[in-house]
Amino acid sequence: MQTQSEYGYNSKIEGDVVLTTVDAALAWFRKNSVWPMPMGLACCAIELMAVGASRFDISRFGSEVMRFSPRQADCMIVAGTVTYKMANVLRRIYDQMPEPKWVIAMGACASTGGMYRSYAVLQGVDKIVPVDVYIGGCPPRPEAVLDALIKIQEKIGKQPILQGTVAAKLLHLEEKS
Amino acid sequence: MTALESANKIKAKFGDLVSEPAEFRGEISVKVSDAEKIFDVCSFAKQQLGFDYLVDISSVDNYGTDPRWTVVYHLRVIDSGIEIRLKNDVSEEKSELPSVLPVWRTANWHEREIYDMMGIRFSGHPDLRRILMWEGYPYFPLRKDFPLAGKPSDLPGVAFTQPAPLEGGPFVTIPSAGDAIGREPRVRTPEE
Repeated sequence: MQTQSEYGYNSKIEGDVVLTTVDAALAWFRKNSVWPMPMGLACCAIELMAVGASRFDISRFGSEVMRFSPRQADCMIVAGTVTYKMANVLRRIYDQMPEPKWVIAMGACASTGGMYRSYAVLQGVDKIVPVDVYIGGCPPRPEAVLDALIKIQEKIGKQPILQGTVAAKLLHLEEKS
Repeated sequence: MTALESANKIKAKFGDLVSEPAEFRGEISVKVSDAEKIFDVCSFAKQQLGFDYLVDISSVDNYGTDPRWTVVYHLRVIDSGIEIRLKNDVSEEKSELPSVLPVWRTANWHEREIYDMMGIRFSGHPDLRRILMWEGYPYFPLRKDFPLAGKPSDLPGVAFTQPAPLEGGPFVTIPSAGDAIGREPRVRTPEE
């Protein structure tokens, strides 16, 4: 069962029955409570704090639960310059995050190394972890971070959850092979 | 006591070992000819002249000339605010001078940084590890013969490096009139 479109809240049928699939409902739950892991490494982290504060308010998108433990986080936001010395630490933290997990490269430095064309700086965090969304800017505006979060949510909403699992077979969502 | 008087006292104590105090824009520098004696000079400066604060230790790479390294000590008296500078040439073959850590404990990290960036060792330092790069990194990045883009290295499980793409850079603004394209060229050759 491949979910192509999102099934979400529809005000036209409020109070009545909502028809959806288990997979789509689970994806809807999941995408609206992305718990970020704030990997603040440089000045972008200050802007990330602004995203979490009242003016921009990341909790409007269900991601206010910033977790400083990678074991409780879904989405690592790499905010800042990744030096080679930090690269191994970052990879280890990423490895400690439970699946499924996503990565946002926030700002020019995390995306490409930015202005730091030097011996000490990793030229893009995508050399060590898979990045889902890149944000340009030095640092990016908080709106850009929220836009990246919305793009992550779109991506999560289209990812099948139960497909191929034991749970799917128990719920008769798939043909028994 | 002024900085010049302090420098003259150092000169009087150590004689031919140190140069005449040189003044530049109100700052006094003294050159120490023997790297092995820097500990004695520093110790005298602290105990007898009251230089109770080591502001910084820096190192210069005089690439292409001999001796290659110059290690510079910036001393200060906190109460009166006077400062002097001790300069010290070290040859590339030796690349070692005594640690002044028993005189000022703050020298610990300064000396580690110089070891990390320049590869100059400090004998008697209790913990001479790299401070910015990681243990096992094979180069000393602040040397003049080290490219800004870096060199490839790999230490599995610790760190790796790849040369950064400079694309004709580094981009340094030329202080001149003209439009922005002339001042900030996309590509510059080293001769420019």
